Amino acid sequence: MLLAFLAMTALSAARLNDLFAVVMLFGIYSLLSAAVFVSLDAVDVAFTEAAVGAGISTVLMLTTLALTSRDEHKTRHGAPLALLVVTVTGGALVYGTFDMPPFADPGAPVHQHVAPHYIEESPRETGIPNIVTSVLASYRGYDTLGEVTVIFTAGIGVLALLGSGRRRIVPVPPPDSPELLSRHPVLFVVTKLVIPMILLFALYVQFHGDFGPGGGFQAGVIFAAAIILYALVFGLERARRAIPASALKLLMASGVLLYAGVGVAGMIAGGKYLDYNVLAHDPVHGQHLGIFLVELGVGITVTAVMITIFFTFAGRADRP
Amino acid sequence: MIDFIGHYNYWIVIFLMMTGFYIVIAHGNLVKKIVGLNVFQTSVFLLYISMGKVDGGSAPIIAEGITAYSNPLPHVLILTAIVVGVATTALGLALVVRINEAYESIEEDEIHRQDEST
Repeated sequence: MLLAFLAMTALSAARLNDLFAVVMLFGIYSLLSAAVFVSLDAVDVAFTEAAVGAGISTVLMLTTLALTSRDEHKTRHGAPLALLVVTVTGGALVYGTFDMPPFADPGAPVHQHVAPHYIEESPRETGIPNIVTSVLASYRGYDTLGEVTVIFTAGIGVLALLGSGRRRIVPVPPPDSPELLSRHPVLFVVTKLVIPMILLFALYVQFHGDFGPGGGFQAGVIFAAAIILYALVFGLERARRAIPASALKLLMASGVLLYAGVGVAGMIAGGKYLDYNVLAHDPVHGQHLGIFLVELGVGITVTAVMITIFFTFAGRADRP
Repeated sequence: MIDFIGHYNYWIVIFLMMTGFYIVIAHGNLVKKIVGLNVFQTSVFLLYISMGKVDGGSAPIIAEGITAYSNPLPHVLILTAIVVGVATTALGLALVVRINEAYESIEEDEIHRQDEST
């Protein structure tokens, strides 16, 4: 049922010409897919998708629309041909699914390889109940390090593309100026109430990720969402004052360095790169410490990159 | 009939994937293309998560009294992929903004026309 909704949303997004509506539909689409992920037992993934898809990407796309234009030309090039290609490819893929094991079959090949090891051994080896966290930060630590580096690189890329040029200096109105208050009193007050809670929740997600759904990626995105909300309501200039761009650049790099540094620390202590067993007096404590530090590194980098990306986009609009 | 239900998830995945694919190839607007890529990307996420589901399984967090868990590995892969996805989307949008500044248009046809006339 949810999947049918998902399909309909995607289809209407494809048909509409008003890009603003398309972006809004895309936000709904992300939220729906988060709901689907929950029903498929992927709570960590749903968490991330809800924060990223419905929050940050929608805001970024809206900012892009503000910088470009809202309407799409009605021209389609080679629409019949595209439809043909899509139908044929889709048909071939559907034919391919007949060879796949039925949905939710416990005997499917995916569940036979390393997954049983993770499920049975990870509580003993790492002492962490959330298997997703232990696989993410420990068993597949190399992958995650690579991914954090990709995020870092994307942040640098956005800065390189849009960060250049001198910004116009916008005078900051005083915090409780009647002008700001009278414009959106409800928004103003509610945001003030909500932001500390979002920040607190982000910290909870960060440090409770070992036991419940959560971890560095989700916490980073949620933390950044709170700052973005602040910037949207109180103005970009004030948000920039609270968190200067130079600090963000430093944080972006230090998160990746912390992650990589944990690996090196493991080597110095006599283990392999990213081997946490040697970090403390016994392996389980070492794993705990390693996973904690690595998740912290991930959280710092993700937060800093997301805020930087938003500031850079929004700052572009302020240019003369 | 069992077969129909057994593969319903995968068919929706394919439908979404093809919708995204169609948007990417048939639309000239660059922002729309990025939305299309994102739809495509989400369909792949859904494919992985669908494969990870186990009948009667629970979310992969160890707890008392639960014997079957869904496969945690696809969750890990997709979790990171989502965040990487938003970072690359941001990079794509940054390129769109720069293209708009250079050509004052985000329509593919318009950009090609300007390229040819110079």
